[in-house]
Amino acid sequence: MTTPSRTGSGPEDALVRAGRALRRVILVALALLFLVPFYLLVRNGLAAEQDITSPEWTFFPATLHWSNVRELFDDPAVPMARSLLNSALIAVATTVGTLLFASLAGYGLARIPYRFANQVFYAVIGTLMVPAAVTFVPSFVLVSSLGWVSSLRGLIVPTLFSGFACFVLRQYFTGFPQELEDAARVDGLGYWRTYWRIVVPNARPVFAAVGTIVFIGAWNSFLWPLVIGQDRDSWTVQVALSTFTTAQVVHLHELFVAAAVSIVPLVLVFLLLQRYIVAGVERSGIDD
Amino acid sequence: MRRPTTRRPTARRPRRVSDTTLWFWIFVGPFAAGLALFTYVPLLWSVYLSFFDAHNTVSPTDFVGFGNYTAMLRDGAFTSSLATFAVFSLFIVPATYALALGLALMVNRTRRFQAFFRSVFFLPAACSYVVAALIWKLSIFSGVRFGLANTVLGWFGADQTAWLSTTHPPWYWLVIVTVRLWLQAGFYMILFLAGLQRISPRLYEAAAVDGARPGWQVFRHITFPQLRTTSIAVVLLLVINAFQAFDEFYNLLSDARGYPPYARPPLVYLYYTALGQGQNLGMGSAGAVILALIIAVVTVFQARWFGLGRKEAD
Repeated sequence: MTTPSRTGSGPEDALVRAGRALRRVILVALALLFLVPFYLLVRNGLAAEQDITSPEWTFFPATLHWSNVRELFDDPAVPMARSLLNSALIAVATTVGTLLFASLAGYGLARIPYRFANQVFYAVIGTLMVPAAVTFVPSFVLVSSLGWVSSLRGLIVPTLFSGFACFVLRQYFTGFPQELEDAARVDGLGYWRTYWRIVVPNARPVFAAVGTIVFIGAWNSFLWPLVIGQDRDSWTVQVALSTFTTAQVVHLHELFVAAAVSIVPLVLVFLLLQRYIVAGVERSGIDD
Repeated sequence: MRRPTTRRPTARRPRRVSDTTLWFWIFVGPFAAGLALFTYVPLLWSVYLSFFDAHNTVSPTDFVGFGNYTAMLRDGAFTSSLATFAVFSLFIVPATYALALGLALMVNRTRRFQAFFRSVFFLPAACSYVVAALIWKLSIFSGVRFGLANTVLGWFGADQTAWLSTTHPPWYWLVIVTVRLWLQAGFYMILFLAGLQRISPRLYEAAAVDGARPGWQVFRHITFPQLRTTSIAVVLLLVINAFQAFDEFYNLLSDARGYPPYARPPLVYLYYTALGQGQNLGMGSAGAVILALIIAVVTVFQARWFGLGRKEAD
């Protein structure tokens, strides 16, 4: 590909053009490098097992085995369907629950005048300073004393109260045009109806952004499901995959197909809602 | 239809709690209760447990004072896991920062296919550490017989390398660092892109009038200083995330025989202490408290150092 030529062709101009060409080469090379792992996932998932472990490694497998997918779901040693279902239930419930609790709280903190609203807000953002992973020991202690180990409750409920989601939504509601709400107030709507009829429908983009981030986080989360999902029946897809890589002997092609299957929902969500994630990041205030 | 506003107090009910207060707690209450129960209660409980000898129990009786803390701090495995983390973050934070900023600068200046490149670099963020670790461990950096890295290096006549089980030289660091770079660079690139798009074009025009050459000069005197707040946020997030490293270490290095003694970040160590064979929740809690304190100190120190609180004064 040639770079668009300009009228002047001094040494400066040549330098700029060379720089631009170099930038493109680096960008394309990096993009290919970033795509290689995805390619390997699909390649190994559709290859025969000996194509994965062969010392004569080739870029393309000899033949594509689409039957690997069926084989994976038919294999009684691999609780694939169950762990996918668990992950889906957890991710959907966590997303819906987080949006509900965090948006109500975010709206209350942003819009309902209350003497101690600031103190409550500080208590919320204080939890952002506590990395979730550091609290896994105490949280495990709490959840196990509630008797929730290896239950969907134990996997979902403790994750529903996200200081991050509340913070982002509160920031958004704070910047929400007051006039719209004033109009609703004049029409005789209380906080509750104003929230559901005016605010929520107008805040769809931020819900999509926060929801996507929460969904991806819940689907990919590993440490908490590993700690709480101790029975095979409560494994999420991440825990199942990890168990195969670290402990059990499993067919490699099945493992790769399982991994590929596990990222399909996310890649779809991701490509469909990417612009909301970008917008959400821009509005979250974390870089302001 | 009632109007819960402060301006018109309802005369009918005795107002022990004002309407706004009531509505505030209806909205905020469930979330605040959940947050208290699942964040603050575990934290306090953890502090409580850390003063007890708590093997296999969450309601211990043997008070040991700071015994768990001194035991943890004298435990060579725990302190070396803290050192491991420090080395890891000293490397991964600048590396991710540089890669994310570089990607953002290049993608930002690309007119055609900008959305395509952005998606490609951002897409790994949709991949879990478990899946990425699987690809890294069993395909790219797998054993001595097969795998992409050894195949490509073989073309240049290099010897086969056992990436994950060689401790001298520590090739496993290359595996661990590249997987994290791949997974998280795109997300931080997005933050930088957002920051870049906020820089006023006038600044660049003014720089051009003043004779600044496009490229390094403009980057050094305009772009980089304008990205200051974004940079602070990125570095803070990177450090906090590095402290939480668990998934890729666990998935890349552990196998049926357990976890190797090298390359052990604090959370992996805590996981095995609290939930492994011994179920030593007292020690695990003490470790979690120590780690939380370290993170808090580092975060506050960083925020001060970067002048996060100074924004209003500027």
